[in-house]
Amino acid sequence: MFCASSKGSYTLKESEIKKLTLLTPLKLYTPLTDEVIEKLRVGQRVLLNGVLLTARDAAHKKLNKFLELGNELPFSLKGLVIYYVAPTPAKPGQVIGSAGPTTSSRMDIYTPRLLALGIKGTIGHGKRSPQVVKALKKYQAIYFVAVGGTAALIAKSIKENRLIAFPELGAESIQELVVENFPVIVANDIYGGDIYEEGWKKYAIKP
Amino acid sequence: MLKQIHTQTITDNVARLCQEANYCLGQDVTELLKKAKKEEVSPLGKEILQQVLENACIAQEESVPLCQDTGMTVVFIELGQDVHLTGGDLTKAINEGVRRGYREGYLRMSVVNHPFKRKNTNDNTPAVIHVKIVPGDKLKIIVFPKGFGGENFSGLKMLLPGEGKRGVKKFILEQVKLAGSNPCPPIIVGVGIGGTFEKAALLAKKALLRKVGEPSSLSEIAILEKELLHEINSLGFGPQGLGGSTTALAVNIEIFPCHIASLPVAVNINCSAHRQKEVIL
Repeated sequence: MFCASSKGSYTLKESEIKKLTLLTPLKLYTPLTDEVIEKLRVGQRVLLNGVLLTARDAAHKKLNKFLELGNELPFSLKGLVIYYVAPTPAKPGQVIGSAGPTTSSRMDIYTPRLLALGIKGTIGHGKRSPQVVKALKKYQAIYFVAVGGTAALIAKSIKENRLIAFPELGAESIQELVVENFPVIVANDIYGGDIYEEGWKKYAIKP
Repeated sequence: MLKQIHTQTITDNVARLCQEANYCLGQDVTELLKKAKKEEVSPLGKEILQQVLENACIAQEESVPLCQDTGMTVVFIELGQDVHLTGGDLTKAINEGVRRGYREGYLRMSVVNHPFKRKNTNDNTPAVIHVKIVPGDKLKIIVFPKGFGGENFSGLKMLLPGEGKRGVKKFILEQVKLAGSNPCPPIIVGVGIGGTFEKAALLAKKALLRKVGEPSSLSEIAILEKELLHEINSLGFGPQGLGGSTTALAVNIEIFPCHIASLPVAVNINCSAHRQKEVIL
């Protein structure tokens, strides 16, 4: 079982997780298992460890076309987490350049299909469509939000970077990132929770 | 006597400004982010603003881009009419500066050659260039790399004159609501009111060039900016749209006379990675 709090082994009860929300990040390891995903609730801070796959607009379009033609992917998507990013080029000595999340809503039309193929998480910024929220519930997966505009900070948690597919897409190619304590927040859980809806309701001031 | 400026000087400066703009967050934005962090009511919002400030420090210290979206490069030129440019084509000189700045600065190439063919030009050119001829013998270059998280949620509407200030406010708020969590709030809202279709859009972009947080010199417009900022921040979107009291850092409005039949209004949204650098030659 790959789930531990930052202070030790993972023995937290549901009620305790709720209390710790926003304060104690949970350290999670990819691939994400159903057992871990069941424990996650909206607002939970998470430090991701392991492997992320990068893909954004052009890569999603290509993947989709590839699948529509009935092809099988040369790699499995099971348990994988996709990060919506196209980093800046690495400077000499860097693993990767600045690498913050891009706006997720542009990927909404492609996401349900990928969820059906077994991905267990996506990372980006901004609210998802009702279709994606429904698909997350159906396929038991999580939408994580990373803080947009903190690309230099986020890059520090990326330790390795390897090209996987579509080199012709340059920054938009699919890359495999090995991350350590990559900071995200659970934005949509498998129970239909939505951090955006909840946040706006809580903080909106009626005129 | 005409002052001579060689286009190579323009290329060199554009290249330098592309990098500086992408690495160093302006002090005006930093100050407002610090203030927002103090006043933000959501604990998560406070934490996010702290991360945004930390990110700016790292970017500046390590000379790396603040955001991976290093933008499409918008360049404003104010060319004194007593300046004589030597050494060739101004547009080519600016694009050469962008090419060099993005390559040497390890900035992301985010421009494609055609709206449908979408092949990356691999040097971030062409830039979007606006040239204005002004009196004097100075040449001002403003480099404004524009990220598209905010740009995508910008909008324009030709209102009826009768809709007045109330209609303008309604449209601006609708646009900000439509943007919601997408453009990485806290945002900076540039607004252009008046002129023609394209003039309103350009005014909105120019409004973003004004120092963030500095009110309009016209008191009536300054009041409108303040009212709108308050109403936007009452929407509850907050930092990153995850809930909170800081949805926008500022609303900057520029106005222009308009036709008897129309009231154009344009909203240009920018994220907190609000980058622009300028030089006067």
